[in-house]
Parts: sequence; structure tokens; C-alpha cells
Amino acid sequence: MLLIPCPWCGPREEAEFHYGGQAHVAYPDDPAALSDEEWARYLFFRDNPKGVFAERWSHSAGCRRWFNALRDTATNEIHAVYRVGEPRPVTS
Amino acid sequence: MTPRPPGADLPEHPDRLWTAAEPRASYDVVIVGGGGHGLATAYYLARNHGITNVAVLERGWLAGGNMARNTTIIRSNYLWDESAGIYEHALKLWEGLEAELDYPLLFSQRGVLNLAHSLQDVRDSVRRVEANRLNGVDAEWLDPRQVQEVCPIVDISPDVRYPVLGATFQPRAGIAKHDHVAWGYARAAAALGVEFVENCEVTGLRVSGGRVTGVETTRGVIAAGRVALCAAGHTSVVAATAGIDLPLQSHPLQALVSELLEPVHPTVVMSNAVHVYVSQAHKGELVMGAGIDAANSYRQRGAFHIIERQMAAALELFPIFARAHVLRTWGGVVDVSPDASPIVGLSPVDGLYLNCGWGTGGFKATPGVGWCFAHTVANDAPHPLNAPFSLDRFVTGALVDEHGAAAVAH
Repeated sequence: MLLIPCPWCGPREEAEFHYGGQAHVAYPDDPAALSDEEWARYLFFRDNPKGVFAERWSHSAGCRRWFNALRDTATNEIHAVYRVGEPRPVTS
Repeated sequence: MTPRPPGADLPEHPDRLWTAAEPRASYDVVIVGGGGHGLATAYYLARNHGITNVAVLERGWLAGGNMARNTTIIRSNYLWDESAGIYEHALKLWEGLEAELDYPLLFSQRGVLNLAHSLQDVRDSVRRVEANRLNGVDAEWLDPRQVQEVCPIVDISPDVRYPVLGATFQPRAGIAKHDHVAWGYARAAAALGVEFVENCEVTGLRVSGGRVTGVETTRGVIAAGRVALCAAGHTSVVAATAGIDLPLQSHPLQALVSELLEPVHPTVVMSNAVHVYVSQAHKGELVMGAGIDAANSYRQRGAFHIIERQMAAALELFPIFARAHVLRTWGGVVDVSPDASPIVGLSPVDGLYLNCGWGTGGFKATPGVGWCFAHTVANDAPHPLNAPFSLDRFVTGALVDEHGAAAVAH
């Protein structure tokens, strides 16, 4: 089980959280203008790296706030957590 | 007197079923991944299409990935016509596979129950039974008493948190011994000339002028006329080296076994609502699977709270399991697609073929996908049964939404 450092509450067990998938996926500015390919890419395609992944978590059994995390999917190590709206931190 | 060395009285090592090969400089077809799908594809390439200059590249040992980690459930009771086509083709092949491969697979058609716990479950289940029948797939709707006749240890009392309101039953479903399936295919493919290269991880795809030319591996560069991906949870990683993005997310999927018990469980029971599926292996272990861990990960290890919830669900359904002990738990990495259906067919790169997105349910399809994927590779065009499972369905919108029948995990 992951020990996830909520930026508001501190480290808590994974069971307190809800996963939100890839972070920083912006809703299209003008959805109606997208081609089918572009719409498919927005709707269905997400990064799936074996390595550092920017992802969303909600502390649903705690402060109930969303935040972002940088986690290595090969090791499950969490490199950073940051609040929604903040830019993705630069990690080595 | 010279002491006899330890082991001197043991019998000789049995004959090997196949010989691990050194990689050659080039092959007509390279298959990436030596799991069930890769082995079956290799076999049917040789058997059905006469293509024998084939190498199966496996980063570990043959059938040591998800093929060694699944819960071996075989069924074809999916909702949509497209799914019924390929899964029922697979089940029909399973029914003749021991004779075909001349190898014991411990294929046991003990049936599968998919339990319904709510009124909506009941509606969806009855609909799926009717859909199955229209597609020639055996299916019955059972009321709780009939459920208990099929599987006496299921608790059908009405005062539990998730009462059993009925179940779909597919009598021809069952289980098989996963290792034997892999060994049977490997032995048969090797006899037809297919080579297996183990400890050979594909680190990159070579593409020139929009056409695949070979693979880079931890054991050197291997040229290939065609490359067929059967890399399951690592498909995204391999495909990315050719600049191909796929609508896949890789997640850990866990399973576990109990210690050996007397035969108590005569069939396979699955429950979407309480998140567990259970059968009893021939040897006596209760084999249970859960849903995927929510977060993406390439670790072959999941979180304990998933197992805990799975055990709670199992005890709800089977109070008799209360004193059973968990012997072993493990995880595999599965590639989940947006519509809970696989992607099998052509790729944006000529000569490169995709077989991925099977998520939690690839084992049951092994013979069927091997058959169809071999056809796809041999003819550079999909078999009619896998044509609906193209990558471009995510653009056209012709999804094959099997979130209901794919059961617990998605």
C-alpha cells in the first residue's frame, strides 16, 4: 500500500485516497472544432510511462481535496506532491 | 570407498519440450512476448500459414509473466456480437486443444456462475443471457435455488449485505492449467520450427520509411520482416519506441491462492458487485482474483487493501472459507483499454501488429487470439473475428463496450 503525502494533511495510507489518472489534461478550448482524431486523443489517450508520471489524487477520506503527484510507476516512489494549479515540479 | 555425490540416484532430467535458442540475425516474423498469446500466435503462424521462420522473444522465461499469474478462467459469455465471435471461437478451440496439441491441459468445463446482487444486475444478466443465446453461446439464467444446486457452498440467504438474486450460468466455461497450456503450445510450435529466445528484452522497435525492420534487444539487434506485439502490460513501452501512442493504462492485478483443501467448490463463481472470482484448482487451492489496483503501475505487486476487500467479498459469498488460509498472493501488470475490449490488428507502422488491451481477461482468449492474430500477421489484414478490435475504433466511435461482461476488474 502506498503512503501518500497529502499536501494538506501529510502522509496517509493509500486507502484514504481516490485515484484520478493523468494530471494536466486540459479540456479542449473549442471542443466542437476538434477533428475525430483530436477528440479521440483527448477522450481516450493518456500517457502510460514506465517511469515518472504526473497524476491526480483526491484525499477522499480526509480533506476531500484534489492534488497532483509525481510518482515513478516502475518503483511506486513518490517524488513530489503539489496543489492543483501549481506547475509540475522539476525533479532530477 | 568414494561417497556417491548427492543426486546420483535421481533419475535423468526429462526430455526438454523445446530448446531455448540463441538469437539469429533475422527472422521473417518476430513475436514480442513469450506468454500464452505469443506462443499461440507462433503456433498458428506455423500450423495455419506455414510461416516457420519465427522467433518468440521473451524478456524473462517463457510464460513467466501474466501467463503464470492469471486465474485461468475460460468463458465466452460476453455481451456484444464482436466479443462473442472471438471468445466463442477461442472456447471452441479450447474444446479440441488437448487433442490438437497432444498435451494434457487439465481443461475442465465446470461452468461459470456470474452472480447478480441487485435488480439492475438481474436485468443486465438476463439481457446478457439472451444476447449469448442469439450468438450461439450457451447461457442460462438461474434463480438462487438453482445457483445453490450448481454450487452448494454459495450463501443464498436473503439477509446478507449483497444477497444472491440469481446468476448467469455458462456450462461450457471452465478452467485449464495455465503452465500446461504454455508448454503445450511451445512444444507444438517448436516441433514446427519456431524458435524461442528467453532473457531477451525488446528495448526498441526499428522503423524505416514507415515500415518495421527489426527490434533492438538486450541480446542485440534482430532484423524482422514483421513484428507482432504480445507484450501485455508493457505494450505501451514497446510501442512508444516506434512513436505509437496507444489508449492503454497499465495497472497491477492481484490474485491469490489458499492452502490445499478438500474439493468443495465444483464450478467457477464470479461477482462484479462484491469484487471477487473464485475457483478451486485441481490440486485443491482456492484460486481468487480481485479487481485492478486503481493507480497506474508497472510493479508486479498490488496493495494489501485490495486483497483485504477481496477476502471480505469471498467470505460474504462463501462463509465456509472463513478458516481457510491465504498461502500466496501475487500481482501482474495488465494493459487496460477504455472500452474493456482488446486491440488486435494493424498498427500505424507497416509490418507491425498490435495485440494488447486484454486487461484482466486475456487467458481465456489464448487459442482464439493466437488463431486470429496469426492470420492478421500472415495476411497483413485482420481476420474477420478481430477486425472489430482495431485501433481506429477509438476514432470512429465503434467501441465494443464490455465493461459489464468483462466482470470484476475494469
